[in-house]
Amino acid sequence: MATNTGPEGQQEEADVPFMQQLLDNPMVLLLLGVVVPTVSYTIWGIMEVVSIPIAP
Amino acid sequence: MAATIPHPHRVCPDTGFKIDLNAEKLIKWNAVTGVVVFLIGGLFGLGVALTRMPSVHLLDAELFYLALTAHGADVLVIFIIFFEMAILYFASTVLLQCRLPTPWLGWVAYALMVLGAAMANYTVLIGEASVMFTSYVPMKAHPLFYLGLILFAVGALLVCIHFFATLIVAKRERTYQGSIPLVTFGAMVAAIIAVYTIASGAIILVPTLLWSIGYINYIDPLMYKVVWWGLGHSSQQINVAAHISVWYAIAAILFGAKPLSEKVSRTAFLMYILFLQIASAHHLLVEPGISSEFKIWNTSYAMYLAVLGSMIHGLTVPGAIEAAQRKRGFNKGLFEWLRKAPWGNPVFSGMFLSLVGFGFLGGISGVTMGVEQINLIIHNTIYVPGHFHATVALGTTLAFMALSYWLVPTLWQKELFAPGLAKLQPYLFFGGMSGVALFQMGAGTLGVPRRHWDMTFADAAANTGITYKFQASASMLMDLNGLAALIGSIGALIWVLNMVGTLLLSPKKGTRPAPAAAPTGAGTIAQTGSHGTLGDVPGTFVIVMIFFACFALYYYVNWKYLGEIWLLK
Amino acid sequence: MSIFPPEQRIWWKEPVERAEVLWVSIAFIWCLIMFLMMPYWHMTGNQNLANTAFRITPERYAAKAEEMVAKYKVREEGTNAVPVVHPPPGSDVYLIGRLWEWWPILELEKGKEYKLHLSSMDWLHGFSLQPTNINIQVHPGYDMAIRITPTTSGEHAIVCNEFCGIGHHAMLGKIYVK
Repeated sequence: MATNTGPEGQQEEADVPFMQQLLDNPMVLLLLGVVVPTVSYTIWGIMEVVSIPIAP
Repeated sequence: MAATIPHPHRVCPDTGFKIDLNAEKLIKWNAVTGVVVFLIGGLFGLGVALTRMPSVHLLDAELFYLALTAHGADVLVIFIIFFEMAILYFASTVLLQCRLPTPWLGWVAYALMVLGAAMANYTVLIGEASVMFTSYVPMKAHPLFYLGLILFAVGALLVCIHFFATLIVAKRERTYQGSIPLVTFGAMVAAIIAVYTIASGAIILVPTLLWSIGYINYIDPLMYKVVWWGLGHSSQQINVAAHISVWYAIAAILFGAKPLSEKVSRTAFLMYILFLQIASAHHLLVEPGISSEFKIWNTSYAMYLAVLGSMIHGLTVPGAIEAAQRKRGFNKGLFEWLRKAPWGNPVFSGMFLSLVGFGFLGGISGVTMGVEQINLIIHNTIYVPGHFHATVALGTTLAFMALSYWLVPTLWQKELFAPGLAKLQPYLFFGGMSGVALFQMGAGTLGVPRRHWDMTFADAAANTGITYKFQASASMLMDLNGLAALIGSIGALIWVLNMVGTLLLSPKKGTRPAPAAAPTGAGTIAQTGSHGTLGDVPGTFVIVMIFFACFALYYYVNWKYLGEIWLLK
Repeated sequence: MSIFPPEQRIWWKEPVERAEVLWVSIAFIWCLIMFLMMPYWHMTGNQNLANTAFRITPERYAAKAEEMVAKYKVREEGTNAVPVVHPPPGSDVYLIGRLWEWWPILELEKGKEYKLHLSSMDWLHGFSLQPTNINIQVHPGYDMAIRITPTTSGEHAIVCNEFCGIGHHAMLGKIYVK
């Protein structure tokens, strides 16, 4: 199993593909998991409600 | 490199894992509290089912609506989240073999959750909060109902924060190498969804609490629904991530199963992180003034990408088991690996039945009724509870039951109290709750409403002279629902009995638990390698293709039903 | 195993099993088909909600409903003398949901289109038209307008399927289609 100390370890850190780095990063995933639904559902949804016109 | 920070722990005699002693206490207290709340909520549920059985009609109207509110809050949210908190502590400290950074935080969180749950339940029990778990404004509950839910949510949020802190500590202290295990990753997904869920809850319930005490004088009912469902449905998506993680865990524990591909499984979980919560929009499909663009994008989980994630897990979980079984010699034909799986072990039977129930009954019905237009023939009928009994009872609850049959004896180092009954229990619960799901879906298709005390409308006839009769088959379906609920309840009670009995009455474990079934008879020697076009997991591939056929068929049948109603533009 | 860290440090580059690739491809195409069905139905199907809605106070909405009733009432029914109205095809029809009745009773003609308005005077209600099984949410403070064409004749009931208190199960309305 690979270790992640020393020069070999640092080299391996650099070799990790971007997608794996993303999936290995809980904080970024937490940010995405909160921001994306907040924008797509909550904020867009609130905008939909406030833009309903008043009856003529 | 070794931490000088204390890590009080013991080594599990069965698995060799290091178990942090503080985390262990929190796992136990949260799990046991969950079981107690499940018992209460389940009994209310039985009362509800026996009332909706036209031939029994057990509770009077006031008690029925009270019981229904309690049932919803207690089993959909409170029981399940207590259990999920236990899973978060387990997936972090135990699977990463690390210390719990801040034990006192865990206890503060637990106390908040218990206080909040008790407060909310109290207001319901005294009849001051029969507003259903959704508590739609302008219907108003006692202020302590909202405060109770808020405190419960804050407690759960603290546990999630603690979970992320544990991940950081484990990585920094190098208690594991490389990436976190897939099960921990899935638990992390649940925690991420929980953060969005709880934030949504705070945004809507805090103003609602202030409104209930008269400090704010108006809450727009449509705005309430939009924000509340960010809490309401997302709380159920926490369950999806959690129970799928449990499936993977059980596959590993019982079979030594390895994920077919870490990349594929984790990417499927990524789809959940990004897109699972937005389908809260499927609760808004027949509301005034919401645009079709909003509805279509959000109800589809972003072009159904999160559904794709579910369908991927639907292959990779059984596929991992099939691959492991085939390596052990169960290689004959398409399904020997499944036929010779340990169906007598409730850990396995519960897990596999949970997968089948969640996928075939819960998933298919959920995606179908979430279609923007099909929702017209479904919204607020009893079809909706039919769907979510399949997802939450068959999916989440049965998975948690299955896990507990392994976790409780192992963590407490006790023999299971009633192993003979335990063998039977998943089948009883699965059979009963499948019946509930199917009969409710059937009755809902015939128009029977949900959250409704009397499908014969006797009071309407008495008060106004207006009458309506559903087709006779609708009443029969609701009677059958009651019977199915009874069977499911017996299954539920047996589980509770086993949990309580194991904790309080069973002797300490002497021997190791029985290993999963070893290969028998003349099977071909274990081979890895291709089986032709269908690769290493042909049996699972056939299962998912059958699933796909059912899905496509059911989906299009409902478009046909939609085409038969009045024209709407 | 899923309870241990992945064996390979870099698992992103592991080759993927053929069955998985095939299933993901099939499932992805199915997801796209399902996604496109919704806009497709908007273009070619006959059952869609227009999402037309307005904010309106209960008092103003009640006034519109009462005006309609005054113009098109044909009789009264039931122990509470609920008016039955026969509005002309193509006109605006105002239905009120309130604790615990639907008011008025409508008499419509099969095959003709009406602009049906829905609003509540108090709490959330659920407009559930049976036996055709159309289900729409009714809010106080909002007027939802849908263009509706009855395709089945006879006596239809409006069940309330959004919990609205202790009289919820007694809330029953009627629509006649001639």
